[in-house]
Amino acid sequence: MKLKNIIADLKVYSRNYMRSTTAIFFVFIFPLILMLLFGSIFSGSSSSAVPLYVQNMDSSGNMSNTFINTLNSTHFVDITMIPDNVNIQTYISQHSITAALVIPANFTSSYLQGKQVNLIYYNNPAVSTSSVAQQAISVTVQLFNSHFAQKNQTIALVSASVTTHAANYIDFLIPGLIGLVILTSPMFSMTYIVSSYKKDKIFRQLSLTPLTKSEWFLSKFIWYLIISALSAIMIITVGVLLFHSSLSLSLYMIPFLVVGVFMFTSLGVLAGSISRSEESASVIGNIITFPMMFLSGTFFPIAIMPGWLQSVAHVLPLYYIIDGLNSVTIYSNYRSALLDLVVSIAVAAVIFALTVLKFSWKEQ
Amino acid sequence: MKPEPAISASEVHKSYGSIKAVNGISFEVLKGEVYSFLGPNGAGKTTTVEMLEGIRKPDSGAITVFDEEPWVSASKLRNRVGIMPQDFRFIERITPKEAIRYYCTLFGVPDKSGQLLDLVELTEVEDVYFQNLSGGQKQKVGICLALVNDPELVFLDEPTTGLDPKARRKIWELIRKLKKEGRTVILTTHYLEEAQMLADRVAIMDHGKIIIEGSPSDIIKKMGKGRKLVLQYSDSLYAYLKEELKLDCSRSGESINVSVHSNQDVLRVLEFADRNNIELTSFSLNEDTLEDIFVDLISEQEESQ
Repeated sequence: MKLKNIIADLKVYSRNYMRSTTAIFFVFIFPLILMLLFGSIFSGSSSSAVPLYVQNMDSSGNMSNTFINTLNSTHFVDITMIPDNVNIQTYISQHSITAALVIPANFTSSYLQGKQVNLIYYNNPAVSTSSVAQQAISVTVQLFNSHFAQKNQTIALVSASVTTHAANYIDFLIPGLIGLVILTSPMFSMTYIVSSYKKDKIFRQLSLTPLTKSEWFLSKFIWYLIISALSAIMIITVGVLLFHSSLSLSLYMIPFLVVGVFMFTSLGVLAGSISRSEESASVIGNIITFPMMFLSGTFFPIAIMPGWLQSVAHVLPLYYIIDGLNSVTIYSNYRSALLDLVVSIAVAAVIFALTVLKFSWKEQ
Repeated sequence: MKPEPAISASEVHKSYGSIKAVNGISFEVLKGEVYSFLGPNGAGKTTTVEMLEGIRKPDSGAITVFDEEPWVSASKLRNRVGIMPQDFRFIERITPKEAIRYYCTLFGVPDKSGQLLDLVELTEVEDVYFQNLSGGQKQKVGICLALVNDPELVFLDEPTTGLDPKARRKIWELIRKLKKEGRTVILTTHYLEEAQMLADRVAIMDHGKIIIEGSPSDIIKKMGKGRKLVLQYSDSLYAYLKEELKLDCSRSGESINVSVHSNQDVLRVLEFADRNNIELTSFSLNEDTLEDIFVDLISEQEESQ
């Protein structure tokens, strides 16, 4: 692998790219339009509350109700009650609930007698919002422990030390739009490029030069990394300046950008390689891209989608990139982010392996 | 001193499924020669050339290009061979100048865009995007890219197809120039007069086989039906040619076609006309062209199938 070949190819490719108004539109203008659109529609209405399901087995006790009211007043959670006659575990799995709190039947009596009582918090640590709910519960627990019972800690909960701030819609939208750019900019162009290079025999042409397939691929990856990073910086700048986003910028966004761009550059090459014509390439590209564009938590957190649709989201590779970006920028939940990153790397590795298998410059 | 071969092929076969594209061909191309493959569509020319280029792998038989096997040593040969494929296409929004510079970097040679653009007369459009060039200009970019590495062997696959007469002439000049510089040129073409004019030797292919090989003039001498005289019909003239001179002649409409064997035959016709006061209004003498022979050969092949 020669650096000079990669640079030469990068130079030619970037020129060709920057001369296309469509490409520039989709990378720089389109995300801005979406931000202005969605940002204006939803700004003001704070969607900071994360869903939390509560099953109160102590419904007659007034202390449990006070606890729930206090929890609700934190504005961190949006509480939905679960009937007290159902099996909590079955209910959780049936409804794809990611955060649920169970208040035991003896809550009021134990609390008033100063006896230890355990709240059970069911959560999925891979889902960023669950840590917000956990923090809200934890704050309420501390409040109850300090104000109502002076002697010792009566209510116990897994302690959580997550620091976060109330997120606005725009804070969700920014990582979503970055994810959108990571997805669409390499996907659409690579699918088209590979199928049209095949048709016009440009790959055959390049195979007669000292340029190798890996050098060619690497130069495309580097280019989309540059383009996506620039677009991300622009999205963040506009979000902060125009919509006063308070999203926390973090260097941990970089791995998601790198893995995401690598994944979708490979996927674009793969889609272009397996299709027989330019037309079928664009169809395959769209079939892959569009569901991901809307269902991966791009424009809104997937927590607000129905359960079955959330399950769909969990098989879309982009979901893990966006969830990871959310974890890093909104929740500072690095454990969840790490899991997202591991999943993304694994998916990218599988896609890349298939691409290596299917992407050829030579005819048989 | 016999020049060394640049290419030699023996008993090469290549099939696509049940279709035999190349069915046992053997030939040699000498260094410094312009060698041309001719044949109807589907004769196996492109497949043959692609095997020589190392793009396709022969099923059986041996091919060597500068003593290397092209399929195995494609990367070794890359610096000695230049290829302009049929219907050349390139990256849409890249100019001829940028394309050549790109290739120069890849091949590790100094920038020779100026020199090459000059050679094919593309300097005027050196900053125009590839997608906006005319068909002929695109072909010329293809030729420039094939010459970036200063190759000893150049493959030109239908370089003049679809070009206007003026552009074709320019490409002919260029091919002559390449030959003068001592390069070996493999030319695939549909235009027989082009091959007759430019090639030292031609191979006429049909159904995956070489049906005849040699220099255009040798082929014409060997396969042609000699010289043919065409003149206007008159009863007495026709009778004289047939009965007195015993020449092979036929009438077609208002003209007579006669195969003549010598200049004497021609002179006798003129004398007879003079003596008998026949006013000659049409009179032409032609030799078979490579094209006539090609058409005959191909139709013979069709009939024998």
